[in-house]
Amino acid sequence: MTNLSMAPVPAPAGRGTEVTTETRPVRALLIGIAVAFLALFLLLPLGAVFVEAFRVGASAYFDAISEPDALAAIRLTLIVAAIAVPTNLVFGLAAAWAIAKFEFRGKSLLNALIDLPFSVSPVIAGLIYVLLFGAQGYLGPYLQSHDIQIVFALPGIVLATIFVTVPFVARELVPLMQEQGTQDEEAALSLGASGWQTFFRVTLPNVRWALLYGVVLCNARAMGEFGAVSVVSGHIRGKTNTMPLHVEILYNEYNFAAAFAVASLLALLALFTLIVKATLEWRYAGQIAASRRH
Amino acid sequence: MDAWASTSFNRLSGEQSRLHKEEKPVDVTVQNVARSFGTTAALHGVSLDIRAGELIALLGPSGSGKTTLLRILAGLDVPTSGRVLFDGDDALGLTVQERNVGLVFQSYALFRHMTVLENVGFGLRVRPRARRPSRSEIKRRSLELLELVQLSGLEKRYPTQLSGGQRQRVAFARALAIQPRVLLLDEPFGALDAKVRRDLRRWLREIHDRTGHTTVFVTHDQEEALELADRVVVLNNGKIEQVGTPDEIYDEPNSPFVFSFIGESSVLPVHVRNGQVWLEDRPLDLPAGTLRDGPGQLFLRPHDVDVVSKARNGISGIVTTVRRHGGSRRFELEIDQGREHIEVELPESERSLQSSVAVLPRRWRIYQ
Repeated sequence: MTNLSMAPVPAPAGRGTEVTTETRPVRALLIGIAVAFLALFLLLPLGAVFVEAFRVGASAYFDAISEPDALAAIRLTLIVAAIAVPTNLVFGLAAAWAIAKFEFRGKSLLNALIDLPFSVSPVIAGLIYVLLFGAQGYLGPYLQSHDIQIVFALPGIVLATIFVTVPFVARELVPLMQEQGTQDEEAALSLGASGWQTFFRVTLPNVRWALLYGVVLCNARAMGEFGAVSVVSGHIRGKTNTMPLHVEILYNEYNFAAAFAVASLLALLALFTLIVKATLEWRYAGQIAASRRH
Repeated sequence: MDAWASTSFNRLSGEQSRLHKEEKPVDVTVQNVARSFGTTAALHGVSLDIRAGELIALLGPSGSGKTTLLRILAGLDVPTSGRVLFDGDDALGLTVQERNVGLVFQSYALFRHMTVLENVGFGLRVRPRARRPSRSEIKRRSLELLELVQLSGLEKRYPTQLSGGQRQRVAFARALAIQPRVLLLDEPFGALDAKVRRDLRRWLREIHDRTGHTTVFVTHDQEEALELADRVVVLNNGKIEQVGTPDEIYDEPNSPFVFSFIGESSVLPVHVRNGQVWLEDRPLDLPAGTLRDGPGQLFLRPHDVDVVSKARNGISGIVTTVRRHGGSRRFELEIDQGREHIEVELPESERSLQSSVAVLPRRWRIYQ
């Protein structure tokens, strides 16, 4: 029998082994810059929010987030999100389905329009609704004569929020649904499943994680939106202030501790979103379009 | 033959015939079916009679309309004109669900969030309550089908945990579970490697012989069509070129397309004059029979040639290249100073390069 020496062959030493890797100092420098940047622009402010929130003490903190105007702002934010997120979930699913699974005239236009809210400044989005539904707007007189209040009330805030958050769900689903094609659906139909059975038992489960991911991002934006909502809200304390608007008012009144206390709730929402997002990306990377694109 | 494809059939045959006793195989009739997409026609008035229990291959290059025809049979596509009948009854009026066809795709199209068992039972679970078997019955039948496709023990797996060949067998079991009137297979082995594909072919043939479904499968692989099908339908440019048994298709191709698409072939331009076949200015020892005078194309197969002596009027050429081809060697003959080339199989003695050889085809066709 041949004597096969199994001693491991030493890898050639030196830089030749890793041609794409920079030298140690360069690597250290690049990593250092990235970490310092994140610390300075993300972690420091986030930490500051909590430090400032508790500066006057824990009881002041809880007073600030439990006083009636703050509670009203929290309630309004939750209501807005509770309407805007499901609306965009349904719209996003419908749009993604249409774009990914059928051919029709104007498909590329629809695809492009879904991204419009990303390219329009939120303030402009708010202004559009004021122009349309405000007292001096196109539909203002009609709405006034029928005693319908849209701008400076809940409907306006909801509309502005929906506008800003339109792309999130659809953008997640379109690439995934396009990639999956229609064969699963065809198989289900041929096996006797009705349209609804096919949707709920095949189509929806195929995109569930991407859908959840899109909803989480959509929700974070819906709760955190400032610009568009600020224009249509009218800033009526206890009535039309969402959490971000309430933070701004408190801050402008030099009530820093209260402002930061409410802001810390939004920061917690952001952290929660980040954790869910990271978990989904880690667990279901293959089924989430964004983790491949970004 | 591989073990899994041959073992358990005898044991299962009784069970399987009970499984399908309610279902009688159907005749499928296609009458003048045409389909166009916008201005391009995918099918030009195709007619075809498929007998109950037959295993039919739709064979053609991509874009020949074979998949379109299969989708029309399935109810996933609607013809622009023409009729499709199942046992003499109009099938076009039926939805996909009502048509009760078993579909198997090249990409398997298994439901990835369901286990193998759930996949197989899907067609039974989605039935309206009146026709839905009980849970235990669905499970029993699904397990039975998994045994038929020899995947017992894998019922708790998810599709991603299976090999390609196993996935395709799950897809078969799922399609069989609804007791389909017709089984339609779209390039069923297209995504598998050569070895698995050959095994599955034999396996499919045996399953078909057991269950007796009228089965139509689409393929671009002529070897697969010839080996597996009772009859082969050769499609080209949206038209049927020829329908026949594998032997008919191979031995008596009725058009230049079929001759060149099925098996291997070489072509030479010839001329027919006064009952003789002429290659350039030399007559060939081939009886022209009823061929009319004029130009034509002589088709021959590489393995269907004999070497003839220089005294006879053969196709003479010079050996230019030798290639390994499976168990034999192929020689390329240069004819007429390189204006034409043909490929032939030659005996050992003629192996040397640059030697001059005369050959005559044993079997050949001239298309005018």
